[in-house]
Amino acid sequence: MAEDTAISIKSVSKNFKLPHERADSVKSLFVSPFNKNRKKVEVQHALRDISFDVKKGEFFGIVGRNGSGKSTLLKIIAGIYQPNKGEVKVNGRLVPFIELGVGFNPELTGRENTYLNGALLGFSEKEVDGKYKDIVEFAELERFMDQKLKNYSSGMQVRLAFSVATILAESDILLIDEVLAVGDADFQRKCFTYFKQLKKDKKTVVFVSHDMSAVREYCDRAILVDDSVVVEIGETDKIAQEYTKLFSGSTTTVAGQDKMRWGVGEMKTADIDVSLSHKAIIIKQRISSTRDMDDPVMGIRIRSAAGSEVMGTNTKIEKISTGSFMRGQDRIIVWEMPNILADGDYYIDPAIIDPDGITVQDWWDEAVKVKVKKDRRLPYTVDPGFKIYFSNK
Amino acid sequence: MEIFEKLKRRYRYSVILLRQLVITDFKIRYKGSVLGYVWTLLRPLALFAVLYVVFVNFLRIGGDVPHFAVYLLLGVVLWNYFVEVTINGVSAIVGKGDLLRKLFFPRYVIVIAGSFSALINLLVNLVVIAIFMIINNVPFTLSILWVIPLIIELFIFSLSIAFILSALYVRFRDINYIWEVVLQAGFYATPILYPITMVVAMSPLVSRLMILNPVAQIMQDARYLAITDKTLTITGVYGNSFARLIPLIIVISVAIIGVVYFRKKSPSFAEEI
Repeated sequence: MAEDTAISIKSVSKNFKLPHERADSVKSLFVSPFNKNRKKVEVQHALRDISFDVKKGEFFGIVGRNGSGKSTLLKIIAGIYQPNKGEVKVNGRLVPFIELGVGFNPELTGRENTYLNGALLGFSEKEVDGKYKDIVEFAELERFMDQKLKNYSSGMQVRLAFSVATILAESDILLIDEVLAVGDADFQRKCFTYFKQLKKDKKTVVFVSHDMSAVREYCDRAILVDDSVVVEIGETDKIAQEYTKLFSGSTTTVAGQDKMRWGVGEMKTADIDVSLSHKAIIIKQRISSTRDMDDPVMGIRIRSAAGSEVMGTNTKIEKISTGSFMRGQDRIIVWEMPNILADGDYYIDPAIIDPDGITVQDWWDEAVKVKVKKDRRLPYTVDPGFKIYFSNK
Repeated sequence: MEIFEKLKRRYRYSVILLRQLVITDFKIRYKGSVLGYVWTLLRPLALFAVLYVVFVNFLRIGGDVPHFAVYLLLGVVLWNYFVEVTINGVSAIVGKGDLLRKLFFPRYVIVIAGSFSALINLLVNLVVIAIFMIINNVPFTLSILWVIPLIIELFIFSLSIAFILSALYVRFRDINYIWEVVLQAGFYATPILYPITMVVAMSPLVSRLMILNPVAQIMQDARYLAITDKTLTITGVYGNSFARLIPLIIVISVAIIGVVYFRKKSPSFAEEI
């Protein structure tokens, strides 16, 4: 690792295993040790082959949408998660602010919590002693330090936590995870001042955010993560552009036209949410029920604005058991598919049908209208990505 | 000296954290109770009173053991220490899940902190026992110092089990119920409330198995050293002093298994909780 590198990430991948039936109890281990269902594990790729370096003295941003993997990345840098592949090297002392006030105990006083929180961040009593006055001053809590934390307002707690973290952390590398969203306007201003100070002092900071304006203002460079891979690394302006592009493809509008809807209505699609990225379409359909039912069939269909049926499926075709629905209890079914749609407008049609496959509970044409934006236009409805080349044979 | 410095730097964070966690635990243990820390002393005193009334006044099963009430108290106190450490151990990691998911620190610190809090309790209890020994005119000899390595053995044994249980509990949430039953059975399978001579009279084989339990061995040895040489120790049960090696080997094996298993599992705690 080069001298001027603070953090070096080399082809890091992280999977989470999501067992469908967890061996949470010893019983399931004994009762059905050979049951295949128990071993059915879905692997979720949170990060794939991520590589980048953070230089010393750099203010480095990690940007991405919710669920893109940016927080996982931060936790891997902090050492909380172990990567499945690749390696992380940190050069210097690192203090993570994944959350403020970790380990605060409401039964202890502000003073006691200061020392406890300090220890969790790796600072001895002596080190905290030396800065105790500054911490209290910065938090503006002089009169309250000997009161129990449970008597603090939430704003006061945040102020104390932030002060402990910032005053103590004269370390080489800081990891900051969107802690700015807390506190009142006055305190936020203070935080921003602190950030400017960090920048002036040439501290190495890794800053995770989806607030592009903050990233633009403070970060020298940034990395954009989407769908668990690196989209772009570079100047913040470039990253900001790419970031906004991610969203331009995902304008969803609810048509809300109920006249295209029919069925018995004992089970209904309560609401439906579609998120689009360049790579994937994720449809989340919340289903409410006014009677108990086992194994209803659910289907989804995507039609182009011109009316041609592009794709669709249902749980019967997929041989998925939908399980039992209870009266008054909502459940959410998630449909995921690669985004092979070409540039243009599309309708999503969800349907719920009785287990017999005949009685329609809720058929809703044009429940959602989505606008797919791709960087090129095709006169067709599907753009799966073509590979075109010449072959000698 | 250089090695010492290196160790100091390597374990600096662990030591700082361990200290604060033990202090915190001690501070909040009796929060909200009127008598507070006095309970640390009051509990063994009350226990002694109960044992005295039940076993010395009514049941009279320890007739031939001198200072039977103190003898009982020492056994109960050691057993309670073992229970406290292991029960704390089960939920140590899962209970601090929130912390684990947000900070990186050596995971073993949490488990050790729990056992240190129990150790402080044990030491206070031992002081109370010493007072009762004086009141009961139990003669003090220098051999009582041999109790210290026994306490260390018990500390290591309890802590190792706590390590195993805490790591297992992350995956298998039945462990706490299973361990409760094991402790319940262990309470009767260990010569805490009755003299082991009673068992020897009934079945020598059972007594031989019983004393292999490190907690039983430690308890009998401690009673022998501190209270009365009428106590039957593992040497007495087997008739040779090499038998003492067996519980020792058990302790060392459990310690190795505990450390290896915990080290193997600890990197994934944060995501599995």
